[in-house]
Amino acid sequence: MDLSLRFKAHIVTLLVLVALLLAWQLAVGGRGSVVKMDPEYAKLMGANATQGKSAMPGPLEVGTKLWQLLSDPFYDRGPNDKGIGIQLAYSVARVSLGYLLAALVAIPLGFLIGMSPLMNRALDPFIQVLKPISPLAWMPLALYTIKDSSLSAIFVIFICSLWPMLINTAFGVSTVRKDWINVAKTLELSPGRTARSVILPAAAPTILTGMRISIGIAWLVIVAAEMLVGGTGIGYFVWNEWNNLSITNVINSILLIGLVGMILDQLMGRIQRAVSYAE
Amino acid sequence: MIGPAMQQSFISVQGLAKRFPDPTGKGETNVFRDVWFNVVEGEFFCVIGHSGCGKSTILNILAGLDTPSDGVIVANGKHVAGPSLDRAVIFQGHALMPWMTARSNVELAVSSRHPDWTKAQIRDHAAKYLALVHLDQAMDKKPAQLSGGMRQRVGIARALAIEPKILLMDEPFSALDALTRGSLQDEVLDMRAKTSQTTFMITHDVDEAMLLADRILLMTNGPEARVAEIVENTLPKQRSRVDLHKHPNYYPLRNHLIEFLVTRSRELAGVGGAHLDVRNPIIVRPALGETTHALAPVGQEPSGQERKTDPRPSHTATA
Repeated sequence: MDLSLRFKAHIVTLLVLVALLLAWQLAVGGRGSVVKMDPEYAKLMGANATQGKSAMPGPLEVGTKLWQLLSDPFYDRGPNDKGIGIQLAYSVARVSLGYLLAALVAIPLGFLIGMSPLMNRALDPFIQVLKPISPLAWMPLALYTIKDSSLSAIFVIFICSLWPMLINTAFGVSTVRKDWINVAKTLELSPGRTARSVILPAAAPTILTGMRISIGIAWLVIVAAEMLVGGTGIGYFVWNEWNNLSITNVINSILLIGLVGMILDQLMGRIQRAVSYAE
Repeated sequence: MIGPAMQQSFISVQGLAKRFPDPTGKGETNVFRDVWFNVVEGEFFCVIGHSGCGKSTILNILAGLDTPSDGVIVANGKHVAGPSLDRAVIFQGHALMPWMTARSNVELAVSSRHPDWTKAQIRDHAAKYLALVHLDQAMDKKPAQLSGGMRQRVGIARALAIEPKILLMDEPFSALDALTRGSLQDEVLDMRAKTSQTTFMITHDVDEAMLLADRILLMTNGPEARVAEIVENTLPKQRSRVDLHKHPNYYPLRNHLIEFLVTRSRELAGVGGAHLDVRNPIIVRPALGETTHALAPVGQEPSGQERKTDPRPSHTATA
């Protein structure tokens, strides 16, 4: 039963994909009338205008280009011509670095806030005000203080990954079942041991939920951040290809951004499953 | 006469009270007050009372997890000021760590008791206590994979594995079905026969108290709950669930406890219990030959003395 359901789902997925590609192909195919115009003017306008063909590339064109991009992903021919693999690697590296720094700050701080009602109340106003700020709003400040565009992008990732991890860690730690804390107390576990063997594993599923949200947000933000700071990264690549008017490459980048985002999310999902427990 | 509690007290509860602010915020309400009693070494001591009389709070104070508003507890010659490995708790919900196997749950306790032990020593010790509660086959399962009774067995193994001076049980079997509860009570009887572990148990189950306890402390209803009397278990020490009810003292004891819970715990609450001598509670030994109704109306006897319901000398009644 289960297998057949999965099989059916695969079939439907495939049908939807084919339908979408077909619709795309039909939508961009040349159906418009050929405009009669001065040959000189037609030359200027290019084939798109004269043959009634859309500037939007079709799926075949995009697929061919994608194949080209993926068959040589790591070439490097100067600052404005790098393989898609290199660009993605830059973005993933920035996200990883900013994200790790955020985890290093958010998890201990979340522990503190979760365990101390005093700190919870004292720091709550800061979190409430800082949390809703768009991470990109920090960018000018980061550029001015750090004076390095690449580091500024990492800072923006740091700041946007911080809040979900911080809030979830604090929540997870503060809602650890009283019984387990009491067991730790009656066993005279040291505070460090209690934190490691009781509170951390008990709060781990909640903490990982926060980390999963954070990695999602970080991947959303890196594209925008790289569009601003430029130089390298998939966000820069998208904007550069827009300036080059290569819609084909823009579409391919969108596709790859989605794929990498999915992989990052699945990775966190896997860790989340590993630390979750049934009560 | 001096009761056994006076001879050599292992746990001494002195003038304990717990207050909470009123919901109105004006005054304070005593959940219980003036609670005095002693537990003797090797004894199985049980507290019965309706919910709201603060019996769980007394256990938590004894465990060091709660603090009294007034009074002190001395356990094993030391003032109880916090949790200790000398006092192990079996919690009402099993309170096992769900991310650990049964074995690791017990090992956590053992390693805390014996920080100097090797991994193998800890492992062997934990396995020994899991075998004691007949869990040798299921030690590597996580709590979610165990039945309710098995989880509580792990809880018992964890408490016993640290070899505490005092075992505290907070309605340990109340969440289990009757059959499982019975088999776990047998387990506790078995454990008692082997170790004569000093045990303090909270329950609201009269049959459980009769089966397990040596002495039963009865509390009046809360708020302002107080110690009403101490009932000595007049059933022979070697008890089994199967033929307990055949003993002639079974019904006198049971009726006395039930009557207390149904009517007297309420009558003695508040001003009705003003005459109670809380420092030297009446000691009752319900046995065949006297109905519990023959007990003199409360307050007519000089306090501090025993009320016998059995004409025989007390030492035979308690034998």
